[in-house]
Amino acid sequence: MTASPPFGMLAELTHRCPLHCPYCSNPLELVRRDRELTTDQWRSVLTQARALGVLQVHLSGGEPLARRDLPELVGHAHGLGCYVNLVTSGLGLTHERMADLARRGVEHVQLSVQAADEERADIIAGARAAKHKKAAAAAIREAGLPLTVNVVLHRRNHDQVGAIIDLAEELGADRLELANTQFYGWALRNRAALMPTRAQLDAAEPVVRAARRRLAGRVEVVYVLADYQDRLPKPCMHGWGARQLTVAPDGTVLPCPSAHVITSLEFDNVTERPLAEIWYESSSFNAYRGEEWMREPCRSCDRRGVDFGGCRCQAFLLTGAAENTDPVCALSPHHGVVEQAVAPAVDVPFVMRG
Amino acid sequence: MSAWAPRLRRGARLGFDTVRRTPVVLFPEGVLVLNATAAAVVGACDGVATVPDIVGGLAGRYADVRGDDVLTLLRGLVARGVLRPEETGGTG
Repeated sequence: MTASPPFGMLAELTHRCPLHCPYCSNPLELVRRDRELTTDQWRSVLTQARALGVLQVHLSGGEPLARRDLPELVGHAHGLGCYVNLVTSGLGLTHERMADLARRGVEHVQLSVQAADEERADIIAGARAAKHKKAAAAAIREAGLPLTVNVVLHRRNHDQVGAIIDLAEELGADRLELANTQFYGWALRNRAALMPTRAQLDAAEPVVRAARRRLAGRVEVVYVLADYQDRLPKPCMHGWGARQLTVAPDGTVLPCPSAHVITSLEFDNVTERPLAEIWYESSSFNAYRGEEWMREPCRSCDRRGVDFGGCRCQAFLLTGAAENTDPVCALSPHHGVVEQAVAPAVDVPFVMRG
Repeated sequence: MSAWAPRLRRGARLGFDTVRRTPVVLFPEGVLVLNATAAAVVGACDGVATVPDIVGGLAGRYADVRGDDVLTLLRGLVARGVLRPEETGGTG
């Protein structure tokens, strides 16, 4: 099958981060600072990405502000014609820094918020982080940029959905992403502590629906479903190697941010192979393109072109084979592992991200 | 509806993708690939021109411009969150 050019690239500039969120999606084994790509290497990645077709560049991490060369990389990506998104905790995002980054070409900022009130937010972040969020949001708005507030929902903040929506409105958000935790990386380790209850999910639904009506035309409210509690798998990444790619801090090129968990694949590094060659020709990017790789029940399923069999990483993590149907699907013979994981549990403490 | 003056949402802009050789709209978390006519419509959405203004302007440049088609396109772009139906203040 011939792949189309990618539209988006997630550039994980660093794994360094001032927060220690228990649902961190970064790998259990983080890339250390001395293994991060250099400024010139990132410039080359951005240049190659644009030539390949990438239009949306998400500068993320970890905390991208931890990279001193962030302004230079922003300017380079913008100069290439890319739309530059900054994905940040807001810690260290001063007025001056934001104004400078906006001047150099950041066009949209995603600011993470952990909870509705500072006390709980700081417990979840494992850091005194919440007090910086309001100033960061104000700096973003003063720079004239659209603001998306990103919130990961889980058992310990789900009851605050209404108050979180109010906070996003107060912060001046144009968009609010309420994303139920997806269980990869550190989040999988904390799954029992993070898993929302059915009652929490049922209570949130009308609150989100009412907010969407009330805020229509002012704040776009995006709600990412709780994957495990859905009967149908998510159309993960709109298909493997279809629209987006991720470059990890050390230059490893991944079809999705979590793909490194699939240990049966070998991933190329952009310091060793051109990005276009990795996108079009590498074994990792071609592994699950199209439908040839599918097993039953996906192979003969009417929805295989809709959800692409769900998430390959989740299939690998929970069933041991990425070719299997994502076990979130009720048709999966492994669906029992998901049902067990959502069964009512007592409150379990978090294991904080190191 | 005739007083409707669409404009791009904050953070959205018209661009040209030199790789795909096509006009595009870039906006927070999205890319839309446009054809030349759609790009001309979006380019005319300045928050001042009303829908009849936009249709009239295009009719001077392109043959066979149908008001209904333009309106359908504009409504679709509003539904996608790319266009705001009216001026909401600010210049972002």
